[in-house]
Amino acid sequence: MHSLVDAAVFVPALPLGGFLVLLLAGRRLGDPWAGWLATGATTGGFAAAVVTYAALLSHGGDHRSFTQTLFTWLPVGGLRVNASLLIDPLSVTMALFVTGVGALIHLYSIGYMRGDPDFPKYFLYLNLFAFSMLALVLGDSLLVTFLGWEGVGTCSYLLISFWFERERPPAAGKKAFVTNRVGDFGFLLAMFLVFGSLGTLRYTEVFAHAGQLSRGTVTAITLLLFLGAVGKSAQIPLYIWLPDAMEGPTPVSALIHAATMVTAGVYLMARVSPLLSRAPDTTTTIAVIGVATALIAATIACAQDDIKKVLAYSTISQLGYMFLAVGAGAYAAAVFHMVTHAFFKALLFLGAGSVIHGLHDEQDMKRMGGLRRWMPVTAATFIVGWLAIAGVPPFAGFWSKDAILLNAYDKSPVLWALGLVTALLTAYYMSRQVHLVFFGRERWREADRHDAGGAGAEPHEAPWTMLVALVTLALLSVAGGALNLPFTPKLKVLEHWLHPVFGPTLREVSVGSGLEVGLALGSAAVALLGVALGLAAWRGRVERPALEPEVLRRAWYVDEAVSALVAGPGTEAAEVLADKVDAGTIDGAVNGLAALVRGAGTRLRRVQTGYVRNYALGVACGAVLLLAYAVVRAG
Amino acid sequence: MTVSAGWYLTLSAVLFTIGAVGLLVRRNVLVMFMCVELMLNAANLAFVTFARQLDDIGGQSAVFFVLVVAAAEVVVGLGIIVAIFRRRAGATADDLNLLKG
Amino acid sequence: MPAALAPVLAATAVDTGVFVVAAAVILSGAVGVVTGRNPVHCALSLVLTLFGVAVLFVAQDAQFLAAVQVIVYAGAIVVLFLFVIMLIGVDREEDVRAEPLRGQRPAAIAVGVLGLAELLGLARFHHWVTGTPSGAGAASGPGSNVEKLARSVFTRYLLPFEITSALLVIAVVGAVVLARRPQPGPGGGDGAEANEANGAGEAAEAEAEPASR
Repeated sequence: MHSLVDAAVFVPALPLGGFLVLLLAGRRLGDPWAGWLATGATTGGFAAAVVTYAALLSHGGDHRSFTQTLFTWLPVGGLRVNASLLIDPLSVTMALFVTGVGALIHLYSIGYMRGDPDFPKYFLYLNLFAFSMLALVLGDSLLVTFLGWEGVGTCSYLLISFWFERERPPAAGKKAFVTNRVGDFGFLLAMFLVFGSLGTLRYTEVFAHAGQLSRGTVTAITLLLFLGAVGKSAQIPLYIWLPDAMEGPTPVSALIHAATMVTAGVYLMARVSPLLSRAPDTTTTIAVIGVATALIAATIACAQDDIKKVLAYSTISQLGYMFLAVGAGAYAAAVFHMVTHAFFKALLFLGAGSVIHGLHDEQDMKRMGGLRRWMPVTAATFIVGWLAIAGVPPFAGFWSKDAILLNAYDKSPVLWALGLVTALLTAYYMSRQVHLVFFGRERWREADRHDAGGAGAEPHEAPWTMLVALVTLALLSVAGGALNLPFTPKLKVLEHWLHPVFGPTLREVSVGSGLEVGLALGSAAVALLGVALGLAAWRGRVERPALEPEVLRRAWYVDEAVSALVAGPGTEAAEVLADKVDAGTIDGAVNGLAALVRGAGTRLRRVQTGYVRNYALGVACGAVLLLAYAVVRAG
Repeated sequence: MTVSAGWYLTLSAVLFTIGAVGLLVRRNVLVMFMCVELMLNAANLAFVTFARQLDDIGGQSAVFFVLVVAAAEVVVGLGIIVAIFRRRAGATADDLNLLKG
Repeated sequence: MPAALAPVLAATAVDTGVFVVAAAVILSGAVGVVTGRNPVHCALSLVLTLFGVAVLFVAQDAQFLAAVQVIVYAGAIVVLFLFVIMLIGVDREEDVRAEPLRGQRPAAIAVGVLGLAELLGLARFHHWVTGTPSGAGAASGPGSNVEKLARSVFTRYLLPFEITSALLVIAVVGAVVLARRPQPGPGGGDGAEANEANGAGEAAEAEAEPASR
């Protein structure tokens, strides 16, 4: 071990080890020790990431990129894929927050999943997910990243349909899986294209030779990669799986479908930033799709009743922000928002999980209310998350969102304006949610009265493992902004840290400092306006149909449209295949053969007369023919 | 040895043909059996003729074995016929068509 | 046949006359077998043919075979036929005129004529005989026919000879199995019939065995 950077191998190795131990002995460990083992493994991964980070800090700014080859994975012809880790500021940042947030959510899950019959299996999947996610971010080639990419997809599928005995989770898992496949298809094609034109899949080599690629090839590669990112990160048009993915356990929603996995697309875009900087068409596409997703998802979030659905659409919206940043060339801002979003969205999801837990699996916000007195810690931390995501200064969300809006303004004022509208909507729907859940009348009492068979118990605060995670994330949501404060280059810690990775590709923001401050004040004002609107509109009210139009409640009818446009013809095509092609052609061929044999048999049957003299005649005829042959032959 | 082998062979061929035609036209299984014996005798006659013509005792040895086989065949064949007639008295070969397709 | 008679038979006229008479007997017997309505008549015609063939065996210096022909065929096998005819009562007449299978008779005659023509053509116009001796020994020369045949059978054809013993054993077993009633019926008449059938098989075996050995 020539450097402490080599500790990076332990980052994915520890969750993998936890996975293997749970695979072999998970049942025996049981509840809660399996959970503690998994939490320990992920925490160990976090510690290893911290060590790696420290080791990286000790190197000079521009020499902070290491490749650690573990073994040769695929030696095939000219392709030689090593299982190697690429350790640079970007991957270490990702590894840090994946393991850090992951460890907190593991801890939270111990309390949340207590008593579940499949408790060990849950942590088994969770550790496998952590390993896959770390392989994704630490992989040094597109193929290793793809391995992790598929791994997190699989874990996502497994965890969404974790309660497979219920009706909806398996369907949601399938939807997520199938939708992601569309994106994976793009990723695969991009890899083929890269290998076909450069003969390598390693990031460093690809970027070094990126100049050889024609502009069209680069655009195609990046667009295909973006297709993969669209699938994984739930952007238009492949976002429809994420709201359904809320059928999984809430900590899974927090970890996979808010903090880590869905940001893999953003990470991938940031990783290939040297290619993106050569493909302006792609970045424009990314920016447009990102801001459109952000806006549309925010409008849908305004009219949802399910506490987790609101957060799901909010996640899609925030991911759209990140892609807007990527499209604007502000990779550092994207990563910044990714990190802060991981903090506050995980916090919000875990808070929602705590509420659901406390109310015995009630998810309808219209049947909550007044919970702040019953769940003070949850309420306090949730409010922190709310202020953070709404972009109220000085919480983390304000700084990262402001950075994105600044870069968007620099790219195009239209993008900035749309982003600002989204920010307003975000503040509004989050205020609506907080008010419906934690303030107002205690409607869950009425609900209990209506449901004779309801739980009837008072809401209760979550166990301490859950609260530890909530409080930690709340603190991070408050202070996360300090990672990258604006206005002066000295305070831009994150940007500086990531500079070796993005340095050559970052766009210089050509906005004057006065305008910069103005924009920041503007976004803060918009955030406060949104909060005020949300609180005012929902004070003392539960139903406001005017503010919850059916079109938004039904999410712009996108699911219905997809069903009609894709699923309908698909089902019809399958029916045609089944009824016409299979029944007609394939079965027809088989039946035809059978009929042919049977027909031939029916006709040949007559030869078998059963009369021995007929057979003797046949023998005699054969003898005569043989003799005739002899005569001809001899003659 | 004035009668040439050709006449013997001709006689053998005619005898064989009569036996074969008889096998094909008769319905009584016992008579059909006799026709088989006719054909066997035709073959024997040809064997002996060739043995004389080629001055080779092997032809007569073959006849010897044919006789043994014929004896065994008659034993089994008549056993079958007896077994059949025990169940269906007066059956002809045409009545035994259970194996038709 | 005593070797002393050979010069007499070698006389041309006698030789030809024997052949012609024997051929006439053979063919008339064969036609009688094929056309006879009564199976008993057919069996007697068969004796005629077998006897004619035995005569021609003698005419071709196959004295042992002629003797066996008469003893086994004319003696044992035909008797066995007659025995079975009487036993199972099929000595009724068969309508030779009628032919239930359509086209069988013309086809049979056509096949017969064609086959005969081909056989005769082959015999007349082609020389299939290679002349390669079988290695069994000469048919002519010093020594009796029985001695030469015995030498051939017990040296050159020893293995086939031994196999014929197995064949005969199998035939005996087969005959017993076939003639045996699967389940002895309660009726006494059937049992007697089965015993008779058994006896027939044994009789055939008893006749065939000494003849072949």
